[in-house]
Amino acid sequence: MLPVVQLKGVTHAYLGDREASLAVEDLNLNVEQGEFVSLVGPSGCGKTTLLSIIAGLLQPSQGEVFVNGEPILGPSPEVGYMLQQDYLFPWRSILGNAILGLELTGSLNEESRKRTLELLREMGLEGKEHVSPSQLSGGMRQRVALVRTLATNPGLLLLDEPFSALDYQIKLQLEDLVSETLRSRGTTAILVTHDLSEAIAVSSSVILLQRNPGKIRKIFSVPEQIRSAPPLFARDQPGFSELFHEIWKEMEIAGRES
Amino acid sequence: MRHTKQSGLLASREQWLQQMHGDYKKTKQRWRNQVIAVRSSLLLLFFVLWEAGARMGWIDELLFSYPTKIFRQIWGDMVSGSLWPHLGITVGETAVGFVLGTLLGTLLAVIIWWSPFLSAVLDPYMVVFNSMPKVALGPIFIVMFGAGFTAIVVTTLSITVIITTLVVYNSFCSVDPNLVKVVRSFGASRVQVFFKVILPASFGTVVSTLKVNVGMSWVGVIVGEFLVAKSGLGYLIIYGFQVFNFTLVMSSLLIIAAVATAMYQLVVYLEKRLLSGR
Repeated sequence: MLPVVQLKGVTHAYLGDREASLAVEDLNLNVEQGEFVSLVGPSGCGKTTLLSIIAGLLQPSQGEVFVNGEPILGPSPEVGYMLQQDYLFPWRSILGNAILGLELTGSLNEESRKRTLELLREMGLEGKEHVSPSQLSGGMRQRVALVRTLATNPGLLLLDEPFSALDYQIKLQLEDLVSETLRSRGTTAILVTHDLSEAIAVSSSVILLQRNPGKIRKIFSVPEQIRSAPPLFARDQPGFSELFHEIWKEMEIAGRES
Repeated sequence: MRHTKQSGLLASREQWLQQMHGDYKKTKQRWRNQVIAVRSSLLLLFFVLWEAGARMGWIDELLFSYPTKIFRQIWGDMVSGSLWPHLGITVGETAVGFVLGTLLGTLLAVIIWWSPFLSAVLDPYMVVFNSMPKVALGPIFIVMFGAGFTAIVVTTLSITVIITTLVVYNSFCSVDPNLVKVVRSFGASRVQVFFKVILPASFGTVVSTLKVNVGMSWVGVIVGEFLVAKSGLGYLIIYGFQVFNFTLVMSSLLIIAAVATAMYQLVVYLEKRLLSGR
């Protein structure tokens, strides 16, 4: 089967007035259908750059990106993108925010609207449809952002540290919710995070990047028993802390080398 | 037993809270009343001192006139009907200058937001034009458009348009880029980015520039009327000055103050209405 995401020799340089700096160099990666991949690494290793490239927000200086076999030339409704913060529009209601993507892609109709309402209900936001974002807590707002991203039914979801701005307890709940939702929909996902235990708990494989320039250092596969457990319980599975330390050690070595 | 005790406690707490709230409201109301009382006595005192000063010869009556004479003048002009055409033309010019200035300024801001290249090209010109005293252009406008309505409106526009453009463009640029990223990730076009994000996000700023523009428009119109001098409140001021009738000058000033305030309040009301729906 065709991989959902294919990166072929992706290199990107940021051009500034003073210099051109290499963010990522010669990245090759395949992500299969239904996989949940985490990108971890020190800051400056090009995690977010890579995500922006896959989202089509950034054209790589060199190399090719394919999503479902199609080359990526710009943002597409096939790819959902979730940011660090919710960035809900304060002038829109919760429902108005949730259907934003449908509106922009011209696919807003009675049916898709109903589906979005249903999605809001699944996320525990029933009765909040017509309030304004400022009346919701941080965790609720991020759930609305998740609904906004899922409403267009993307086959691939890109998550750029979506849990990092939340309180610890809310963060754990949201991890569960996201991983459960994606699993039931069969959505492929790529998560950028700097929280190693989060990466192991939610994903099927963890990709460690190194910096200067950004490159794949090593790919760790998460054992089946951790992978199939909900993120909150995955942390208690045997093998979890061993994997954590293994990745941690590799990160240390990489840090010393660069 | 315990239950009744608890509900009794609850009731007394409720009562206590209500009393606290009542006291708070009373204090606040008293404060408000004091402000209004002092405010109106200040105005009254001003008029009384003015009147007394002019009658007792403390200030030059010829130059400063005095309130009763001024109000008699205004009343007389209102009754005889000679005030209305002047008032009408000035309010008309101000309204047209204000609306057009805001629209054109916003439109220009949209255009330079659309094209960063154009924005970079035009930037120094706008700065120069903005720092220039636009009133100096008045004579040119009068020759171009003839001494009348158009020249005055154009003078007003020269004052309001560029500053509106600069303020609105700035608010366009200060919209959180992450909000733009959200819609871009859905594949939004530049038109969609503008109408779904930029415009609604800077709506508040656009509306608040309206308030600044009210004041600016009055400056433009009165200066324009000074230069053209055929009718309008600005004309009355110049005319009164030329025939040394300072009662006429003062009454025109009072009318301008009243009408400008009314217009400002109207815009404030509009702002409230427009922003409350969000």
